[in-house]
Amino acid sequence: MRRVVVFITCLLVFAPVGFAQQIDSIEARVQGCVTCHGQEGQGTSNDYFPRIAGKPAGYLYNQLLAFKNGTRRYPPMNYLVAYLPEEYLREIAEHFAEQRPAFAPQEITPAAPQTVRRGATLVISGDASKGIPACITCHGERLTGMEPGVPGLAGLRPTYIVAQLTRWQAGDRHAAEPDCMKRIATRLSDDDVAAVAAWLSQRDAPGDPEPESSNLIRMPMACGSQPQT
Amino acid sequence: MSARRRVVWGASLLAALLIAGTGGALFYFLKPGFLPESERAKTNVTTQIINRGEYLARAGDCIACHTEVNGPAFAGGRPMPTPFGNLYVPNITPDDETGIGLWTAEDFYRMLHSGVSRNGALLYPAMPFANYTNVTRDDSDAIYAYLMSVPPVRHENRPHELRFPFNQRELLLGWRTLYFKEGEYVPDPARSEQWNRGAYLVKGLGHCSMCHTAVNALGGSSEAKAFEGGMIPNQNWYAPSLTSNREAGLGDWELQDIADLLQVGTSMRGAVYGPMAEVVYNSLQYLTDEDALAMAVYLKSLPTRDSEPPPPSQARLVDPGVMELGRKTYTQYCASCHAAEGQGFPPAYPPLAGNPSITMSSPVNPIRMVLNGGYAPGTAKNPRPHGMPPFAHILNDEAVAAVVTYIRVAWNNSGTPISPEQANQLRTLIPE
Repeated sequence: MRRVVVFITCLLVFAPVGFAQQIDSIEARVQGCVTCHGQEGQGTSNDYFPRIAGKPAGYLYNQLLAFKNGTRRYPPMNYLVAYLPEEYLREIAEHFAEQRPAFAPQEITPAAPQTVRRGATLVISGDASKGIPACITCHGERLTGMEPGVPGLAGLRPTYIVAQLTRWQAGDRHAAEPDCMKRIATRLSDDDVAAVAAWLSQRDAPGDPEPESSNLIRMPMACGSQPQT
Repeated sequence: MSARRRVVWGASLLAALLIAGTGGALFYFLKPGFLPESERAKTNVTTQIINRGEYLARAGDCIACHTEVNGPAFAGGRPMPTPFGNLYVPNITPDDETGIGLWTAEDFYRMLHSGVSRNGALLYPAMPFANYTNVTRDDSDAIYAYLMSVPPVRHENRPHELRFPFNQRELLLGWRTLYFKEGEYVPDPARSEQWNRGAYLVKGLGHCSMCHTAVNALGGSSEAKAFEGGMIPNQNWYAPSLTSNREAGLGDWELQDIADLLQVGTSMRGAVYGPMAEVVYNSLQYLTDEDALAMAVYLKSLPTRDSEPPPPSQARLVDPGVMELGRKTYTQYCASCHAAEGQGFPPAYPPLAGNPSITMSSPVNPIRMVLNGGYAPGTAKNPRPHGMPPFAHILNDEAVAAVVTYIRVAWNNSGTPISPEQANQLRTLIPE
């Protein structure tokens, strides 16, 4: 590893012209993202920081904008993007949306069998008695999301999923009105949240990482970030 | 062809050309969106004053404090934490009941110039009237005209939450006696017009001394210590001295680098980050090249106040184990952008060798950069800035202290070592 670093450093020092071109690249500009989200947005070994590669650009842009405006609160992100222009945030979103790095090997989080079964039911079929639609309706059969505004769930760690659903329940995270995820999250019990996260963490990486196309389904609930035409 | 026929021929040709020309001109002028630039610039006096007022309001960065996060421009409500309690910044939109809609240009000038509100109340010095008092009546009137032209927003002012005795406005009389000198900027005839323009902007609307002059326990700053640097209250960033070559003293900088730092946000010598990124983003990027250069000329001319020469490199005094950990950490995480010898790849990746913001006496800013990273502001001249990632989750306190110590003393840098405790204190603070 060290040798590689020294080699790269030498390259950088002795090939200023070559690096000048690289410096102008979007890869060089998004180095501010990589210690948490990985060079290609694949995520890191950290439990919490999410994979962002291949999520639809519209979703990523909405999040960057929300961090900039403070409507999504996570101080390290709010701080980093506060003074970046909106066109640039869109470019950053599009860059990571185009990446297709391999999924990290799955780490199975131990969970009781009935928890995992409950999770499978919620993700695949939903719970009509509580008015909860199946996750896969909008997040895609392969859980790779849907263009332009619905994020993929594949490759996200349970810590992150639990934290986001809990924040939605607490009114701490929002999406554009009408906020369908708020309606869904508040119908989930704490056990449901844990069950969904546990089942998702046991999925194999999707064979095809592409998000689903936007015009295939009608959303079961109106979602402000996924306008229907 | 007879002479007469030639005349007729020529006249018809002329007529044809005239008709074609008029048609072409009509088409040119009436086609929507295709009016030539000079036509658009021919505006009436009111427009010119409002445009100038908008420019000056940006130079004064009014919007930064008078707008809530994600709120309507100038409608106030933003909490301003101070060591004495929270202030809530007032609505300065032209709403008649909750804003300044009923103020006259005279009222506005008195507020800006004397720090006295329309109703006679003394302003708290969080409003930089000690700087704005430098602003000319003409410029004040232009800013007033601009503010009267923005959409009025009905938004009731929130009362301040200051502790006793700071909630007694009469006490401000004492503060004013100590720290406030009223008066418009008086140009120095011995200096150039450019220098005077720069001084006017820096001392007046730019209100640079609000951060770059140390604030004492009473929230005052003295003229004698102007631009000597200090911690920014409640923000945990250090605003470097502008008069010491060991901090952001600009004595040995090229004028263009100073102007770039202010207007572009990056330069061959370094980039802005933290609170200064906000200032560049909301205010300084909108300055004309001439004004940015004028500010640079004035800032570069500030007398150096270093009473003693910079200390020699402390590299040999640092514990060798710390130095080695710092060097390894630097090589692994920092060198790919900041280069093996700390020379960086400016303006994208700033140099660390010889960079005073790394070596200045307060280590707060370099520690915060290592922990939280940071992006230079996106500006008209640098709309896609480069950024540095956070390392708080990768490096423990020992490694942060070692790498910050390393960059402060390596390459003949004249900084001093820092301790893991200093790194730890800043780790627990939420970045702003």
